[in-house]
Amino acid sequence: MTAATHAATAGEPPVFYLKDEHAHPEGASTMLGFWIYLMSDCLMFAVLFAIYGVLGGSYAAGPAPKDLFDLDLVALNTAMLLLSSITYGFAMLAMVKDNVRATLAWLAVTGLFGLAFLGIELYEFAHLIHIGATPQRSAFLSSFFTLVGTHGLHVTFGIVWLVTLMVQVGRFGLIAANRRRLMCLSMFWHFLDVIWIGVFTFVYLLGVLR
Amino acid sequence: MSEAEAHAAPHDDHGADGHTHGSLRGYLIGFVLSVVLTAVPFWLVMGGVLDSRQLTGFIVMAFAIVQIVVHMVYFLHMDTRAEQGWTMMALIFTLIVVVIALSGSLWVMYHLNTNMMPFHDMRQMP
Repeated sequence: MTAATHAATAGEPPVFYLKDEHAHPEGASTMLGFWIYLMSDCLMFAVLFAIYGVLGGSYAAGPAPKDLFDLDLVALNTAMLLLSSITYGFAMLAMVKDNVRATLAWLAVTGLFGLAFLGIELYEFAHLIHIGATPQRSAFLSSFFTLVGTHGLHVTFGIVWLVTLMVQVGRFGLIAANRRRLMCLSMFWHFLDVIWIGVFTFVYLLGVLR
Repeated sequence: MSEAEAHAAPHDDHGADGHTHGSLRGYLIGFVLSVVLTAVPFWLVMGGVLDSRQLTGFIVMAFAIVQIVVHMVYFLHMDTRAEQGWTMMALIFTLIVVVIALSGSLWVMYHLNTNMMPFHDMRQMP
């Protein structure tokens, strides 16, 4: 720590101040900052969950969750996202061991599971829209598509980010900046899985029970 | 950031690596717990195991809360020490806001729905 300078003149109370800003290593606050971003994202999802909670029963004489949701498909989707979480964990473990090839391989596997998740979700959405359960049909369907669609959009951008980082790691290796980025994406990816727990419980399972 | 860099930093309390990377064992424990905590609610709902829907709903929600905690601990590596506790503080603050927003919205809008139902014959109102 830099020495505090004593600047006191006669008669005045002593004033202590730091002569210069102490050094912060580059990226020292990135993880905390990214965590704060995730928390703000969490608030956004909380609002979307609240909207679904309020409007989830307004079917406008249209289809109810019980008529629409295929829980087998949702279970498969949940498995995909859970598997992608553990494979991302393996990528982080490979990163700690400085193994570029294993990191890239596990990231690729994670991306494939993410794509499988997205594919299944898009198939579900296409099926719903095909049978007339569009977002315009009822308040329940509007809030459903908003909540689940926002989560899907996050996963999409997560995959874009993942591919970007794979290119970065492939070109520059596991340098400090790339490690920091991989850790941020790790938090983002696991956070999306946490949100999905809320989605499959609150929207799908409780919706079918309703 | 690697250990060496963290120690080379001007002072350790600003080390970039506030987050631990976890271990293979930790990830596997988290994964197995998550699988169990996911499978049981799906089984309860899809199999119609319990007669009471309300009880099933409460159990499913309880499993979700436990699974979120499992993910936080084993995948997101949350602990009270990371970043001198600031991540935990941010999390607690967020949770408080989330609980207020969710329970407040559901509570207010439920009562609004119940009390604002249209009456068919307003003349019979007191």
